[in-house]
Amino acid sequence: MSAGTVLRASAVVFVAAMLQTVIVSSLVVGGGAPDLLLVVVISVGLIRGSVPGAVFGFFGGVVVDLVTLDTLGITSLVLTLAGFWAGRYGETTGRDRRFAPLAAVGAITVLASLFGFVLHYMLGEEVVARHALVTALLAALAWNLALALPVHALVRGTVGEGARAEPSPEVEVLV
Amino acid sequence: MLLSLVLVTLSFRSSDDGPLTGVQSAGSSVLRPFAVGFERVAQPFRDAYGWADSLLGARSEAEELRAEVRELRQRAIQSEFALQENDYLRRLLEYLDGPRFPADFDPIAAEVIGRPAGAFTQAIVVAAGSSDGVRVNDPVVTADGLVGLVTRVTPRTARVQLLTDEEAAVSAVDLRTSAPGIVRHSRGTRATLVLDRVRKQDVIRVRDEIVTAGWRASGLSSLYPKGIPIGKVTSVGQTDTDLFQQVQIDPYVDFGSLDAVLVLVPTERRR
Repeated sequence: MSAGTVLRASAVVFVAAMLQTVIVSSLVVGGGAPDLLLVVVISVGLIRGSVPGAVFGFFGGVVVDLVTLDTLGITSLVLTLAGFWAGRYGETTGRDRRFAPLAAVGAITVLASLFGFVLHYMLGEEVVARHALVTALLAALAWNLALALPVHALVRGTVGEGARAEPSPEVEVLV
Repeated sequence: MLLSLVLVTLSFRSSDDGPLTGVQSAGSSVLRPFAVGFERVAQPFRDAYGWADSLLGARSEAEELRAEVRELRQRAIQSEFALQENDYLRRLLEYLDGPRFPADFDPIAAEVIGRPAGAFTQAIVVAAGSSDGVRVNDPVVTADGLVGLVTRVTPRTARVQLLTDEEAAVSAVDLRTSAPGIVRHSRGTRATLVLDRVRKQDVIRVRDEIVTAGWRASGLSSLYPKGIPIGKVTSVGQTDTDLFQQVQIDPYVDFGSLDAVLVLVPTERRR
């Protein structure tokens, strides 16, 4: 990635993190709010690959944890994995599929929510499973899916698609 | 990922004045102008949304408020008499009391500049910190009622745990009957609270007002001063098997649309 691309991607993730903490988190409809930062990180992962996805996920998570004075590392851990998964999906089966952003956002929203729930539980924090895994998750899923395509187009337009290696036409078995 | 795990571990292991807290404090201070800037830009849009939303139920709300004003006018007159009588009796007895709300507190107005993402924590971040006199465990209110408690402080910002958080609990009483209980989050929905641990023999009715208890015993005292409004009882139920009544409360504060709050700093600390 060139320095310009890194700067643009950092700016996009930073703005998404600030919007998430200042505005988006309070848009609670149907018991849950959208996770704009998660959608942006997934888009960065899909467009630029697994390592940039993980790095920018970590960066966005640290910004959120710093602004909200939350336990440092929790949000970045969830978003690092989300960015990495999205990147791997983009590099393998998801590449060139039109609805890859929708599939990735849907699956990763559910997985991130489950992982976040387990993480908070393991850290000894009281979390209501019904709210976190049903009410809030369903609403967040609907919101995130609605945001997936426009945000993906916006991130693609701002960050730009990276050069990708052509997939091998044949499978070679190495013994 | 390893770095995130290291950060989580260090966060949990470091003390409140440890190096990582210092780093987080510095980071939060650096990001504060951005958060305030974004908040200022978002405010007109939030106001427009609130205005449009309030138009939908304006007529029925106006009717309810007129009825409430009539009822409150009657109660204000009765309260004025009771207040004068109470003042006189206190002077007579030289009665010693704990800190009272709002007389014994200096409110610090603070803008809400952040809300954690996700369904796991119910908190806000406000643009006032230790340099303004805010400390951990200071109660936070709005004109409507109790919001929560300060749980973390940096020089310029503070994190406030909302009453709707899973780990929040406030000792409270029914204003009419003085029946005690503990206000906690409702397991069903974020919009309501419950008054837990209310004995079956205590009488609580729908529409009763619940306020903070502000107890003081054996050198210990509640973090919240006495008499901060919390909400109104919406339902009371009990079963034969439960030890306590199930009391549901509709909070006065709309936790989803907090723009500014008041952090209550004890007057004696500011002297």
